[in-house]
Amino acid sequence: MVVYALISRQAFRRYLTYRGAMVGGVLANTVFGVIKAFIMMAVWRQRPSIGGYDVADAVTYVFLAQAMIGPMSTLNNGLDIPARIRSGDIGTDLFRPVDFQTYWLANDLGRAAFSVLGRSVVPFVIGALLFHLHLPTDPRVWAAFTVALFLGVVVSFALRYLAAMSTFWLLDEKGVVGMATVVTSFFSGMIVPLVLFPGWLGQLARLLPFAALVQLPADVFLGKRSGGAVGTGYLFEIGWAAALLLAGRLVTRRARHRVVVQGG
Amino acid sequence: MTSVSRPIIEAEHLSKTYTLRKKTGRLKRERTTVEAVRDLNLAVAEGELLGYIGPNGAGKSTSIKMFTGILSPSAGRLRVAGLEPIRDRKQLARRIGVVFGQRTTLWWDLPLRDSFALLHRMYAVPDARFAANLKRLVALLELEPLLDTPVRQLSLGQRMRGDLAAALLHDPAVLYLDEPTIGLDVTSKAVVREFLAELNREQGTTIVLTTHDLDDIERLCRRVVVVDHGTVAYDGELDTLRARVAADRTLVVDLAEPVPAIAVPGAAVTRIDGPRQWLAFPAEANAAALVADIAERYELLDVSIRDADIEEVIRNLYTG
Ligand SMILES: Nc1ncnc2c1ncn2[C@@H]1O[C@H](COP(=O)(O)OP(=O)(O)OP(=O)(O)O)[C@@H](O)[C@H]1O
Ligand SMILES: [Mg+2]
Repeated sequence: MVVYALISRQAFRRYLTYRGAMVGGVLANTVFGVIKAFIMMAVWRQRPSIGGYDVADAVTYVFLAQAMIGPMSTLNNGLDIPARIRSGDIGTDLFRPVDFQTYWLANDLGRAAFSVLGRSVVPFVIGALLFHLHLPTDPRVWAAFTVALFLGVVVSFALRYLAAMSTFWLLDEKGVVGMATVVTSFFSGMIVPLVLFPGWLGQLARLLPFAALVQLPADVFLGKRSGGAVGTGYLFEIGWAAALLLAGRLVTRRARHRVVVQGG
Repeated sequence: MTSVSRPIIEAEHLSKTYTLRKKTGRLKRERTTVEAVRDLNLAVAEGELLGYIGPNGAGKSTSIKMFTGILSPSAGRLRVAGLEPIRDRKQLARRIGVVFGQRTTLWWDLPLRDSFALLHRMYAVPDARFAANLKRLVALLELEPLLDTPVRQLSLGQRMRGDLAAALLHDPAVLYLDEPTIGLDVTSKAVVREFLAELNREQGTTIVLTTHDLDDIERLCRRVVVVDHGTVAYDGELDTLRARVAADRTLVVDLAEPVPAIAVPGAAVTRIDGPRQWLAFPAEANAAALVADIAERYELLDVSIRDADIEEVIRNLYTG
């Protein structure tokens, strides 16, 4: 366990060295947040309540979703696995006496932690200064949100890990990763909240693992999920995390027996 | 531990076939296979320093990847330190160290010190042991001034020393080196060679060394394995190899004036440059007699004799 904690910490520090790249991301997330907020306000002006969200909820949701782009890595794979497979550096990760998948999970948690501080806080705070946001006053809600966020990152990792591992077979991850990010952005509630999805599509979206990335933590934050519903939400996240991590393990095992480490 | 134990690396009929899918048309794909390693047999005893050489594409890196457990063999049997590399990957990882000249095993953005700290935990090296190893390696490889530099800022030679230290912090029983001196200058090469020789002598670490720099081999290895087309073409002492592939020696003569090619029995002119001529003659022939023969007929100013170097010997082996 100690070693994985250390791996997370070192990953956090590694991302810190590239904080220059972060400024662009922060700026983009903020600007798009403002644009999306105006769109939501226009939509809600037509209908003051949709799926139990009032306009303040909707605008808050927008800035939450923008803040989660970084930690949930919804717009890109965020893992070094594809690049390392293509270069052959993945060989190094395979002769370390650590579990391969857990090694990458630990790395990703470090990345996500850095991302929360580096990419999430500023857009959200700016949103809160410019608009009237619905902020929880109960510290227990903040705590419950943090747990949902953490579990969401694990689900997000498990999904991205599967996409990244496809590189072992395809050698070019762009297709799979591109598809995965489109599906993820849509079904996580990243682009628009799942409450706007009509009928069966909305119901389906809420059952898929992607909901754990944005919609579910946002619902906890906005108080749409409280009491027992928070617990069910956690179970939903844990269930998907376990299933997807297990799938990742099977893929890893197959990759180790079947595939090739590039480079001489 | 018994001294007459089984070899630490044991490969029997080891093969690796790569399958390539080539795009031949818009939708058509053709499958081709490359037999990178085929029917390779090798036994390395504990404490050996083995030169593992062969031309480009011979299958050296492929076999090393199998020995380290990062590539699964297509056929054959393989045991390293009593373990089956792919199945016992994590256990094996603690017993081996790996250095690739072409790539670093360190974390690009971390200072050396932090990479080492991470390895300390990964390999669960006892604290006292780690401290002692680190101190020794830092001194031997002169790493002290580099410890706080991120790996991406190190020069190739500095990085290589860092990689060597990283591979040895956990006292591996076997060290694999795939072209560790590639791109290094003479001084850095000397440091690395010196270090490897001492490691093998003092710690008894088994070393498998792959290189295209035959100086490395001449200076370090008594036993060499030559791999060609994925299989062992020679396995034995370096001196025997030299003798077996009898390469010609070269006699260089400086004459008083330019003359047509010298005609003497037992030697053939290979090159003429003004008054200087190069003659090839068999390694086992008597050089003194040959020189005397020539001196009888021509006015000689100077002579020198060049031994076939190992590079030539090996080239002969590949092509022969
Ligand atoms: N990932 C791969 N996919 C397909 N073929 C490969 C792959 N890696 C190596 N090969 C092929 O396998 C053969 C052996 O390659 P290998 O890298 O083991 O050679 P090597 O002895 O290390 O050569 P070098 O001295 O150039 O490093 C070569 O013909 C090479 O083209
Ligand atoms: Mg090679």
